[in-house]
Amino acid sequence: MRVNSIVGALAAVLIGATAAAAQEPLKIGMITTLSGPGGYLGQDIRDAFNLAVKMQGGKLGGVPVSVIVEDDSLKPGQGKQIADRMLKNEHIKLLTGIVFSNVAGAVVPDVLDAGGIYVSPNAGPSTFAGKDCNKNYYVISWQNDSLHETAGQSANELGYKSAFILAPNYQAGKDALAGFKRMFKGKIVGEIYTRLDQTDFSAELAQIRAAKPDMVFQFQPGGLGIAFLRQYQQANLTSEIPMVVAEPSLDGVTLKAVGDAALGLNVTAHWNTDFDNPANKEFMAAWTKEYNRPATYYASQGYDTALAIGAALKGTGGKVDDTDAFRTAMLKADFKSVRGDFKFGPNQHPVQDWYALKVEKGSDGALHLNTKRKIMSAYGDSFAHECKL
Amino acid sequence: MLVLEQILNGIQFGIALFLMSAGLTLIFGIMGVINLTHGSLYMVGAYAAALVAAKTGSALLALLAGLAGAAVAGIVIELVVIRRLYARDHLDQVLATFALILIINQSATMLFGRQPLFVQMPPALARSVTLLPGLVYPLYRLVVIAVGLLVALGLALLINHTRIGMLVRAGATSREMVRALGVDIRLLYTLIFGLGALLAGLAGAMAGPILAVQVGMGEQILILAFVVVVIGGVGSIRGAFYGALLAGLIDTLLRAFLPGLLRQVMAGSNADALGAGLSSMGVYLLMAIVLLVRPKGLFVKQS
Amino acid sequence: MSSEAIVQSTPVRPALALRLLLAAVVAALLVALPFAAKAFGLESFTGLATQVVIYAIAAMSLNLILGYGGMVSFGHAAFFGVGAYAAGILYFHFADRSAFLGLIPGTDSLLIAVLAAMLVSGLVAAIIGAFSLRTGGVQFIMITLAFAQMLFFLFVSLETYGGDDGLIMRRREVLPFIDTRDAVTFYYLCLAAAALWLMLTACIVRSRFGFVLNGMRQNEQRMAAMGYAPYPYKLVAFIIAGMGAGLAGALMANYLRFASPDMLHWTKSGELMMMVILGGAGTLFGPLLGAAALVLLEAFLTAQTENWQLPLGIILLVIVLFSHGGLVALIRRFVPDKS
Repeated sequence: MRVNSIVGALAAVLIGATAAAAQEPLKIGMITTLSGPGGYLGQDIRDAFNLAVKMQGGKLGGVPVSVIVEDDSLKPGQGKQIADRMLKNEHIKLLTGIVFSNVAGAVVPDVLDAGGIYVSPNAGPSTFAGKDCNKNYYVISWQNDSLHETAGQSANELGYKSAFILAPNYQAGKDALAGFKRMFKGKIVGEIYTRLDQTDFSAELAQIRAAKPDMVFQFQPGGLGIAFLRQYQQANLTSEIPMVVAEPSLDGVTLKAVGDAALGLNVTAHWNTDFDNPANKEFMAAWTKEYNRPATYYASQGYDTALAIGAALKGTGGKVDDTDAFRTAMLKADFKSVRGDFKFGPNQHPVQDWYALKVEKGSDGALHLNTKRKIMSAYGDSFAHECKL
Repeated sequence: MLVLEQILNGIQFGIALFLMSAGLTLIFGIMGVINLTHGSLYMVGAYAAALVAAKTGSALLALLAGLAGAAVAGIVIELVVIRRLYARDHLDQVLATFALILIINQSATMLFGRQPLFVQMPPALARSVTLLPGLVYPLYRLVVIAVGLLVALGLALLINHTRIGMLVRAGATSREMVRALGVDIRLLYTLIFGLGALLAGLAGAMAGPILAVQVGMGEQILILAFVVVVIGGVGSIRGAFYGALLAGLIDTLLRAFLPGLLRQVMAGSNADALGAGLSSMGVYLLMAIVLLVRPKGLFVKQS
Repeated sequence: MSSEAIVQSTPVRPALALRLLLAAVVAALLVALPFAAKAFGLESFTGLATQVVIYAIAAMSLNLILGYGGMVSFGHAAFFGVGAYAAGILYFHFADRSAFLGLIPGTDSLLIAVLAAMLVSGLVAAIIGAFSLRTGGVQFIMITLAFAQMLFFLFVSLETYGGDDGLIMRRREVLPFIDTRDAVTFYYLCLAAAALWLMLTACIVRSRFGFVLNGMRQNEQRMAAMGYAPYPYKLVAFIIAGMGAGLAGALMANYLRFASPDMLHWTKSGELMMMVILGGAGTLFGPLLGAAALVLLEAFLTAQTENWQLPLGIILLVIVLFSHGGLVALIRRFVPDKS
């Protein structure tokens, strides 16, 4: 029966907040995952995005912006609720930030249906890359399958003839195995879908050992990857069966948490900390100064997303209401990506170069992820041809 | 060999579950408290061990820190919150301890960040041994099994041959009787809660080098530990031990072999998806069956 | 808790007028809410209120067995999720122009979806209840959890319906003459459903059936001695509660245009329990209050700080430690309703 007074108090606070924030700067809504085991991914995206804004003096592309961040807790329902509030109450037109494909799958249609613009700093599910692509949906990171297609290509180049593959049983996991298989020319001797909440992989490791493959490909993002790699080493498999993974299975943070178990790991990536271009040097210096922790792919993507939005805003003079004008400006991709060359493909997903990386022990005794060679040039994704924009 | 190795894996998982559920079953059986924070104590143990290991590099100190950290956290929680809940019904306990989970998880995030922590495997244990020709097994996991068995033995001695054990056994069947014995119930409760926390901390500290030490790790194992407690019978350490082994074996063996069996009759990815789902259900199905056949659990006298 | 429940079932005296007035004011405010939200430029508040109302239905249904019947179910989200999936799957087959199990064609009618959801949830509740009610106490808590977890993993493994990722409904289901896709209209629909469920609950707890149920919570032996076999009464209550949660689930799936295994997870069961306890178990309005408090608090705190779990945890802890009977008990301390 006190509902009314609670509602009243809440409404008053919300009104106060909106009034205070309804100033000059353009509001950008960031829905990202900050709690739970996946929290550090969202944290890096947010921190890098904010870093870019700070480096440009509170502006992006010369337009003052304010970034409004909210935690979706990796719950699609919560993400939808936040998007609803941002779109309707705060009249935010430009959204970004989602880490996980399942949250994106639920939230992105809402944003687009409401006439908003969504710029993805991470998740690039196949659902929105093919025939359901959209004029107001841009991906700055990669398309999910591409990540793992490059791992398949890397495995080919390394001369492996048979592979054991495993991933968690959800959309991104299936995309991963499908992507790897699309490119890999050898034989798949074993294929396992694990649970998303799984922490012990001993049963799977025993099967890998029994199958005796040339190599293992796995997609276990974040904390899952840490557990998997460490148990892989403890089972003495690290020295016996080499592993090829794509970047989500080994980032700067997991490398630190995995330790020696990652030694010798083959990784494919579109970006690495040691990339030798001015934009990346500037980013790495600023990141280290500001946060003093390892920079992950997620951080680089958050940073690039801010730069891409900045370039578009510069083109429209800070206007986001005219989505066609925004699109024209955005698609020019007039910014210096930390990964080097970047342009948009026909489905507004990136066309970019991919590299083979390897975990090696440096002269200082610490582990480093070193860039070895380029494996694919100006590579887009396998769904672009289905997209008619 | 594959079957043997999977059985060992099941035992090892069961042992980890046992360390968690032993404490739970004591707290649950004797104090009548549904303690959802038990998973958080596991996390506290893992964090304390990880932090000390990073500072000192000593595995032994890390283990001690994990035990101490969890025990202290447990006792503080008992004194501040749980103590007020003994007289309440299960509902209030669930809500209060759920609130504690939120508080502890968020505090850990704020204090130690969202990045998972690295725990060095003790160098002496970081290798595999050949048990039988063709059966290579990580030494660390064997040590975990051994420690678990030792703890089980210790607890059995404690329960069956000491005064505290007598009270525990009495408490499991009739709480009022223990009160009638004129025992300082409050102290006994605090001690038992601390012991339960200690065991959870041990499980957490030992999990550090295998799993990812991160916020939320406790909730992943919490519900399974409850399942074990109920299968074995509330308040029974022996029940928790056999229940944990049973649950560990069923979970691991189903996970290892069910998808393969299903692949004989259907396409690969469907078989894996269904197999993963069904094998996850296995433990819960076991619990439901046990409860229907022996409502009080396997190792408690049915009244 | 028990004294409050008795208050509900004994004839109410002069405070009745005051309480009726209060109820009328709350009802009026709930009806006026979308307009107020629009006037203040807070249109998403209608969406939030829709969530509150839907969760209130689920919490009320849980309260029937938990608060009045003393059956502590830790698996109530199973029925919520089954209801959501029933609606989602029917829509999926409608959009896909296929049939469920090759037999049942899909539909985009909200009415059919809601009825189907209640039917299926009721059936599932009948099966789970038939087994679970043979146990009691802690075992009952755990066996309901076990069944809910089994269903959770079942939906996780259903690849056709999205597995772990959940099932997206491209559009909301429709009703004749009513535009369900309009946020305000949908809010009123859910509000009406909640009001109906509230009335149903009130009728049940005031009926002989409710009296027996309440009596069993307090003393099962006594009721048995009076000639009431507990099992059928409990089972019927369990089924009704399951249907209520199914209704809420179907509405939630339509509100979110999304159904996911998340909705059956044990944490969701915990959330529903929390709403009931927070508001006041065994009271008519407690679950409504609890649902409103929890949903609004969470929305409010997440908007304020990324460390929202900390204040939420502290607030919940303080309420449970010091309120003795939830928000309803707290309010009664200030507004005594006994003359």
